[in-house]
Amino acid sequence: MGDYTAEELQSIFIMQGFSGLSLFSVLLLMGLGLALIFGQMGVINMAHGEFMALGAYTVYLCSNITEQFFPAFTPYYFVITILVAFVVCGLLGAFVEWLLIRHLYHRPLDTLLATWGLSLILQQTYRSIFGAREVSPRLPDWLMGSFTYGDVDIPINGVFVLGLSVIVTGSLVYFIYKSRFGLKLRSTVQNRSMSGAVGINTVKVDRLAFALGCGIAGIAGAAFTTIGSTGPDSGSRYIVDAFLVVVSGGAASLLGTVGSAFGIAQAQSILEFFLEGTKGKVATLLVIVVVLMIRPQGLFPSKVRSH
Amino acid sequence: MLAVENLKVAYGQSVVIPEFSFDAPKGEIVGIVGRNGMGKTTLFKALIGMIPSASGSIKVDEKELVKKPSYERVANGVAFVPQGRMIFPYLTVYENLISGVSGSLDQEDIDEIYSLFPVLEEMSKRKGGNLSGGQQQQLAIGRALMTKPKVLLLDEPTEGIQPSIIKEISRSLRKIGEMKDLTIVVSEQVLSFVLDTCDSVMVIDTGRLVREDRREDVDAEMIKEMLAV
Ligand SMILES: Nc1ncnc2c1ncn2[C@@H]1O[C@H](COP(=O)(O)OP(=O)(O)O)[C@@H](O)[C@H]1O
Ligand SMILES: [Mg+2]
Repeated sequence: MGDYTAEELQSIFIMQGFSGLSLFSVLLLMGLGLALIFGQMGVINMAHGEFMALGAYTVYLCSNITEQFFPAFTPYYFVITILVAFVVCGLLGAFVEWLLIRHLYHRPLDTLLATWGLSLILQQTYRSIFGAREVSPRLPDWLMGSFTYGDVDIPINGVFVLGLSVIVTGSLVYFIYKSRFGLKLRSTVQNRSMSGAVGINTVKVDRLAFALGCGIAGIAGAAFTTIGSTGPDSGSRYIVDAFLVVVSGGAASLLGTVGSAFGIAQAQSILEFFLEGTKGKVATLLVIVVVLMIRPQGLFPSKVRSH
Repeated sequence: MLAVENLKVAYGQSVVIPEFSFDAPKGEIVGIVGRNGMGKTTLFKALIGMIPSASGSIKVDEKELVKKPSYERVANGVAFVPQGRMIFPYLTVYENLISGVSGSLDQEDIDEIYSLFPVLEEMSKRKGGNLSGGQQQQLAIGRALMTKPKVLLLDEPTEGIQPSIIKEISRSLRKIGEMKDLTIVVSEQVLSFVLDTCDSVMVIDTGRLVREDRREDVDAEMIKEMLAV
């Protein structure tokens, strides 16, 4: 890094830091959904990335519909679309849980295979419907600019997406720790058969938790459209990073998920500037390996439900 | 109130309860005594639906529950206080109490539990895991009562609890039974608690009902002999 002055370095760090925020938001939302599903049901959802892609495609569709039929609505549609993506992905999640996951709770390997199969099916479905080429929704103009602050450009979409992920995280924390349903979810994680015996409909808890995790992946997909274009395999490109977030954060801990999403996104974004794409990724992986060596409890949680 | 007929329970191939029938009338406290490993816990878990029954019938108020999942049995008026209490250790006392309640939550119901077990109100914000054994037992009973049961099942409620608190549990069970006209079925290895608490006493031996007496007809010496190894 010797060729940069201290001042330039500072600007680079701040700018890459802000561009890392978008990645952070997407990874955080992906990680939260994965951690919720894994923590609640011990299910590793290999199709989680495809739920994210579905969220992104939903935004794309809504964008087309808005442009074609309600052009006056173009500046606002994006905000509402986030909710649509959440609902669409949540509904598909509930359906998948009913069709597939609930039969496989005691068989983790089968679940892994089944969700991996599902991811392939979904990818192929996207390819048939939307084609192999990547697509992008038309984002409203207000989302595209940037604030300038001294030497530093702060992209508005980054700030927006960050705000979005803060709201989602806050709502999720409130939901899990303050709502009646969240209480049933926490007790089911602690002791599933006893939860049934005190009167909790654990079948419903499972379905809602899975749907919620998938819905949040849908929001991640909506956020993703602000930083990249969507193709059939967009989800699979993010799933590895999302798993890294969950594993290094410790799936039982929401705070851990937030922390590791931030660390991974920032490390990638800043290292990519100095080392080009793939080397940045490798360096990030090395950092994670070191973190896991120091703090192995991050790897796999203490409070996953036992059967 | 609770009518169990020809109930058969097995873990895979190993049949633990070959055939068990009994009636627990409304408002009565029925004791089931038996040595360790005789099938008390298995019977209770089958009654609440934590393990499936191979065959037979479990009726509450004439309603057949044997095929229903646990939460539906609770909704139909069965509540369970398991051996070892099994409260949720990471939930607060208050959260434990309301965990099983579905639908609207009545502050009056919570206050009623608090007046039965005042210590639960003092500790309402503490994690369940931080309570003593006796307090956890009161919490487990309170949690069960919150779902407004008609039939309350308690599996060895005195296990590992101080003698002074055992007396208190016996007293509160009688009080709750009377107050709510509740049917209570309680298992024990210790006869004295059952004699203090129950209206009738059953003896279970390797999954079978081998004796059934009204409290006043109980031949304590004889049952003690049956309980001795
Ligand atoms: N999960 C299980 N799998 C197989 N056998 C079991 C299991 N749980 C209990 N048993 C057996 O069932 C019998 C009754 O046990 P249990 O119902 O716990 O008796 P109690 O509660 O009267 O001490 C014992 O022989 C025990 O070994
Ligand atoms: Mg037992």
